[in-house]
Amino acid sequence: MIKQPSIVIIDYGVGNTQSVANAIKFLGYKNVKISCDFNDIENADALILPGVGAFEEAIQNIKKRNLVEILNYQVLDLKKPILGICVGMQLLATYSEENGKHEGLNWIKGEVKKLNLSREFSVPHVGWNDVIIKSKDPLFTKNTDLSNFYFDHSFYFDCYDEQNVIAYCDYDIKVTAAVQKGNIFGVQFHPEKSHNNGLKMFRDFINSIS
Amino acid sequence: MLKKRIAATVVVRDGIVVQSIGFEKYLPVGKPDIAIEFLNQWGVDEIILIDISATKNNTGPQFDVIREVSKKGFVPLTVGGGVSNIEQIRELMNCGADKISINKAAIHNKALITEAAHIFGNQCVVVSLDAIKIDGKYKVYDYILRKHLDIEVFSFAKEAERLGAGEILINSVDRDGSYLGFDIELMNEICAVVNIPVIAAGGAKNANDFIEVFSKTKVSAASAANFFNFFEHSVNITKAKINKEINIRLETFADYKDAEFDSDIRLKKKADDVLESMLYLKIEKEII
Repeated sequence: MIKQPSIVIIDYGVGNTQSVANAIKFLGYKNVKISCDFNDIENADALILPGVGAFEEAIQNIKKRNLVEILNYQVLDLKKPILGICVGMQLLATYSEENGKHEGLNWIKGEVKKLNLSREFSVPHVGWNDVIIKSKDPLFTKNTDLSNFYFDHSFYFDCYDEQNVIAYCDYDIKVTAAVQKGNIFGVQFHPEKSHNNGLKMFRDFINSIS
Repeated sequence: MLKKRIAATVVVRDGIVVQSIGFEKYLPVGKPDIAIEFLNQWGVDEIILIDISATKNNTGPQFDVIREVSKKGFVPLTVGGGVSNIEQIRELMNCGADKISINKAAIHNKALITEAAHIFGNQCVVVSLDAIKIDGKYKVYDYILRKHLDIEVFSFAKEAERLGAGEILINSVDRDGSYLGFDIELMNEICAVVNIPVIAAGGAKNANDFIEVFSKTKVSAASAANFFNFFEHSVNITKAKINKEINIRLETFADYKDAEFDSDIRLKKKADDVLESMLYLKIEKEII
């Protein structure tokens, strides 16, 4: 029997942690914890930073739980794989301009900006959009180009280095859909809510770490 | 390109999914988790679960129900009914809800919209409005008092957007359970006053009603409750028909892309030689 990877979904009070856990458990992984305990984070094979909500609230909650230092060490020094989802992905940025300027984790250089679109494009960007995949490996090996994923956001991650953008979608402007820098992954859409395509992406993420 | 969304509204009353007719009559359908499991498998784009007894019975949201159904659905789940404060919203999100629909509380406590949007992001806050046409004007309907209020629907929708709502779910009381199709006039007027996505509800009978609302109005999503409950593969068959004219997501394994429909949008039988050729066809199970 192959040892199941240990996955910790970081609980920082604003994420939709249960949805993410449901999706990963549905794929058959049993070793899934929702936690912000330092021991759990240290012992995990991979981390997931979920997110629903506003950037300011998210980053403040991370700071309040003293998670910045341990996450920096685990992710930047030990190179532990981490997947940020939605606001969890935006937290990887240098800063965000949602409700004033707030610093992020600064793991992938860039800024989180308001979607300023022409009148016919509603904001928030809600719904299923075709994702143009620039780099299939490792996050999108099971998905074909133009697969649909579910988005729900008013701000987007504008990466300074175009190389870090591994997928995007078209919504008046080029909206970053997924980023990667080594062991650091982030997706703007909600894989836990993107039906089978999202489940495939989780499978790819977990396959890539084990 | 962003797809138009086909949502299913699951109306729950005292723990049972019901068919609602004109906000007055309710027929039992079944258990919420089973309804959601099927809707998910059939590829619905979004599920809106509304507990119509929560406010009336003063129980607040039924967290256990949400915890169970969220294990069966991997599409966005909007939860409404009895939501009146931030702690309830937080707990619903913990149970697996993605968005919260506020109806009664949005009318009586507008500050809740702003506060919820600030904490959970405005994408999380869906303001649900029940609209009824009174003397040629659309008014907000109060389903508890069973009468309309002296609030104009369009100005309220605009106000909700300003306060931080991320989407408007607009339900036509006149069309609810009527199978007469969506209220196109209502949807057009709402879309003209707000810039946030609008979800149309009330009156859908079949795929043609979805095609009509998407081609005549700018709504981002349209929802049906009743008719999705009553036949096998209701969602993917409906979507296959809509997909012939409207850009929607159709990615289920059984996608009915080559299906033909009769005038009542029922599937036509395939030709005998096609059925014969399918006899020995091996269908591989999709492994994720």
